[in-house]
Amino acid sequence: MTGSKPTKAVPRTIRIARQAVASGETKAVAIAERCYATIATEDANINAWLSLSKERALEQAARIDKMAERGETLPPLAGVPIGIKDVLTMLGAPATAGSKILEGYRPPYDATVVARLDAAGAVLLGKLNCDEFAMGSSNENSAYGPVHNPRALDRVPGGSSGGSAAAVAANMAVATLGTDTGGSIRQPASFCGVVGLLPTYGRVSRYGLIAFASSLDRVGPFTHTVEDAATLLGVLAGHDAMDATTSLEPVPDYVAALDQPVKGLRIGIPEEYFSDGLDPEVRAAIEKAADDLRAAGCTLHKVSLPHTRYAIPTYYVLATAEASANLARFDGVRYGLRAANATSLSGMYRQSRDAGFGKEVKRRILLGTYVLSAGYYDAYYRKAQQVRTLLTRDFLQAFHSVDAMLTPTAPTPAFKLGEKTDDPLSMYLADIYTVTANLAGICGISVPCGNSKEGLPIGAQILGKHFDEATVLRLANAVEQAQG
Amino acid sequence: MDSTHHASQQKVSLEQVLRVAELAQLELTLDEQTEMLRDLNSILGHVAQLNELDTTDVPAMAQVKEVLDQAAEDSVKIFGSTLRGDQSRPSLDRGTVMEQAPETDGIYFKVPKVIER
Repeated sequence: MTGSKPTKAVPRTIRIARQAVASGETKAVAIAERCYATIATEDANINAWLSLSKERALEQAARIDKMAERGETLPPLAGVPIGIKDVLTMLGAPATAGSKILEGYRPPYDATVVARLDAAGAVLLGKLNCDEFAMGSSNENSAYGPVHNPRALDRVPGGSSGGSAAAVAANMAVATLGTDTGGSIRQPASFCGVVGLLPTYGRVSRYGLIAFASSLDRVGPFTHTVEDAATLLGVLAGHDAMDATTSLEPVPDYVAALDQPVKGLRIGIPEEYFSDGLDPEVRAAIEKAADDLRAAGCTLHKVSLPHTRYAIPTYYVLATAEASANLARFDGVRYGLRAANATSLSGMYRQSRDAGFGKEVKRRILLGTYVLSAGYYDAYYRKAQQVRTLLTRDFLQAFHSVDAMLTPTAPTPAFKLGEKTDDPLSMYLADIYTVTANLAGICGISVPCGNSKEGLPIGAQILGKHFDEATVLRLANAVEQAQG
Repeated sequence: MDSTHHASQQKVSLEQVLRVAELAQLELTLDEQTEMLRDLNSILGHVAQLNELDTTDVPAMAQVKEVLDQAAEDSVKIFGSTLRGDQSRPSLDRGTVMEQAPETDGIYFKVPKVIER
């Protein structure tokens, strides 16, 4: 920035990276090479990256540099190095979904979000580690080894987008894409001390996302700053003919929205999110964020989301049911792993799936198959769909009297690697504050709001109305500004 | 949480675990069978809380849009999604797709014998 001391660090924000490229101060190729150099030295301890797409990245960077040299108008993400969670397809790169069953698979097309980043001039560095098929809250379910939290290497980075959060936190990329089915963007953002945005269901295309639970899955960005999240959402959002669930709702200028003051906004504090099990240091950090918003002119209001305690059981019925159907496609026929010596078709299916799927994926397929099976469908699946309606109505009701809500993102800071791996239920409870937003389809964000005494990051979650990302971003920006 | 008083009731038997594994085309080792039996019972014990709620007249929700459309009358109208026209369009090239297949003759996917005698 100062120009006096040339730095070899990866730029921290989109604005800094783009301006450096546009002004000719730095080449996009040099920024990409700095990212790869950082990955080469740092990632041995973190394990965030599963594959690097250097050829595609450097070609794009060279193209941007030529445009800059010729004085052409640069696209919004010109030269900005971005990593992609490995559940999204990207031409020229493997897509493993963190699973052995897709080892060696190279998808023949770009996901819509990948194509949109590419068209906006982003330099796509490679693919990021995650829990297998995005099923997990700690990134310990990856077939390619766990990711370590860059802020404390003996801690989990959160999951399932652990690699995406860690890559930004360790300055190996300016931004990354993740996906969030029950908290998989917001919770790792909270654990790693970065910003993670969950767009409204239908705001961002899922075409090219290897599906986990189609009615819950979302794609969103990880960044260092709220402004960068706003910039990326502007690129990613909008209708896509390839995903019939994307909305025609117009895409506003999210970055411009950040300039509007938050004074007068009504913030709901849902009492159910501050009950037993909330770490005292997390509670104190969220209360501080609430004070900061009040100081910025917001009004705080106690609200109730009375069905909150039913969110985790509802989520684990619906998400596993949808997963059991979505993961039926991995059968060894068209792509990915096929068991070598099977003599019958059903034997081939079973042996391929047995060899390819990890334990948590099998557990969820079994649970999902069980709740959908004859005799149990009404008792579990239909019941959970009905409770989903109640959970959604809780939000619609509360949003009559408030503009957004402030909650913790996760009940604790990052826990230790191995701490919860033997107890699936206690792992599932790590998602207690995040799953409801997926069930209700609303948008949200996790923004850093402090550290524990041990120096572990704490994230504040702001939840907003359907398609009201602008308000969520404005409030997150206010929390961020107050951190100083 | 208060799932403990449900946890003692075994909801799922080993037989059912094996039946579900068969439906899902999964093989389970003996160790996995024991583990999955334990985990399914623990998770379904927690899920049993849902029965505390009377959902008699509550509609089932499969997608977000359904609820938004119902709510639209008394709040801001949310623009709906659209389906694309029912027209044929070019799809992926067969050769590109077949490159990823474990076994192919270039036109079809090859699989082991389907009909047993």
